[in-house]
Amino acid sequence: MSDCTLAELLIACCARSFDDVGEVAATGIGPIPRLAAGLAKLTTNPALMMTDGEAALVEEPVPLGPRGDYEIRPSGHLPFGRYFDAAVWTGRRHAMVTPTQVDRFGQFNISFLGGTHDRPKVQMLGARGFPGNSIYHSNSLFLPAHSSRVFVEGEVDMVCSVGYNPERRIAGANFGNVSLKRIVTNLCVLDCGGVDNAMRVVALHPGVSFDKVQDNTGFPLEQAEQVTETPLATEEERAIIARLDPHDLRSKIIKDNPSARRAA
Amino acid sequence: MTLDKRMTPTEMVGEISNGMTIGIGGWGPRRKPMVLVREILRSDLRDLTVVTYGGPDAGMLCAAGKVKKLVFAFVSLDAIPLEPWFRYAREKVGVEVLELDEGLLQWGLQAAAFGLPFLPTKVGLGTDVHKLGGFETVQSPYEDGEVLLAMPALRLDVALLHVNRADWRGNVQAFGPDTFYDQWYARAADRAFVSSELLVERIEDDFVDDAQANIFERCFVTGVMEARYGAHPTYMAPDYGWDMDHLKAYGAAAKEEGGWEKWMADMIGDDEAGYLARNGGEEAISKLPLPVF
Repeated sequence: MSDCTLAELLIACCARSFDDVGEVAATGIGPIPRLAAGLAKLTTNPALMMTDGEAALVEEPVPLGPRGDYEIRPSGHLPFGRYFDAAVWTGRRHAMVTPTQVDRFGQFNISFLGGTHDRPKVQMLGARGFPGNSIYHSNSLFLPAHSSRVFVEGEVDMVCSVGYNPERRIAGANFGNVSLKRIVTNLCVLDCGGVDNAMRVVALHPGVSFDKVQDNTGFPLEQAEQVTETPLATEEERAIIARLDPHDLRSKIIKDNPSARRAA
Repeated sequence: MTLDKRMTPTEMVGEISNGMTIGIGGWGPRRKPMVLVREILRSDLRDLTVVTYGGPDAGMLCAAGKVKKLVFAFVSLDAIPLEPWFRYAREKVGVEVLELDEGLLQWGLQAAAFGLPFLPTKVGLGTDVHKLGGFETVQSPYEDGEVLLAMPALRLDVALLHVNRADWRGNVQAFGPDTFYDQWYARAADRAFVSSELLVERIEDDFVDDAQANIFERCFVTGVMEARYGAHPTYMAPDYGWDMDHLKAYGAAAKEEGGWEKWMADMIGDDEAGYLARNGGEEAISKLPLPVF
């Protein structure tokens, strides 16, 4: 078999975010998080609930892209019209998403960039479901281009999701479910396990140094006591990924689709 | 005496006044009552507050200068993630907004439906949605004393909705995998106007097996009309998919000088028959493939 690509390493690495979340709806927005959720369901966490991307719950993760003869076999129904009742506001969900900005407090932004809220320089999607997701259930991030434009200095331009900023805590409110589990980037894996929930590097992808990560991050990072090297996807995982991604959409995510073993 | 709620689109839009709050059903580029949105585009209405899970409805009404305030959680065309005319309105023109979380939006509609001034929620706390929306908090009067955000009712003067079938009396049936939050728009509004792919005299004469598809009750429906392909260019499951070529051309017009005026004249035009003909008519629209997610 060919070399494990970085994209495949990232899918297997992102799948770890869904290992121990229990019997919840798994949402992966974008090809790599979605493949990761499917991989986790087929390997480490068969209890995960997934949809076909629309409203049918399926026990077999639906392959990405045009489906040809593939027929979806619904086992249940979870339309957007029930999502808050059933998955978000009950905490029965883990979502892996890709915001535009992240800050040292684990707050994300997908609403707008620059300017003011009245007159943004760049209008993006809007806050979407981030405020509710972040106060009700755990979340993970996948960020394919680790840079200080994504990991910004100071706070994100609009705080769409609850993080760990003590100044944004409201006395008497319940922030007990706030959990930013893991942040997987093209360089490393981070969590919020540092001092006062500071972001820290827990694993580096092959050939990546801590300094390279720090140089591409707009705020100081901590390091876990034991920083590990992210493992390559196993042959078994790669075979499952290939089945879930028959059109090889994963090869288009990272520029030039590099091997997972990069020169340091 | 019989109950007959049939109206023309012109009559429906004629019931809307400047400055009113209108809710538009559907979600992004899915299940949008575009036939009624186009009728508003052709009208002199202005200063509307528009409550929507935003798609081309939000972009077009902003582009046409109909919107005083947009109440939204996102505006997107799915395959075109950022709605070009919404961007144009926000970045170049300036349009007042109330930015919500997606769950808060339907929660505000539920508060309105139940005649409550607000409904409590955790959602929004700790984020800029709380501060920018000017929302207040309330404290639980019970032992827990938890502090919650008070989501104000989003009372609608008018709701606009598109369904698969309806009858003259306002009974509706909606199909497809997801009908989003249309029922809350209907119940949160003083009056709901419904366009339907098919309109029959008595729905029970032919469709007695589909009663479970009655997603909201006819007491909330003021007017009904037939509009085959009335959701075009949005996705109307299970009948037809979105028209992404159309949406791309619409989006591209946002980059052109006078782009909206030209789109309005050349594409939206003066009437629905012409609009559908310009988009290939039944022949083309009925064949638009359902999207794959």
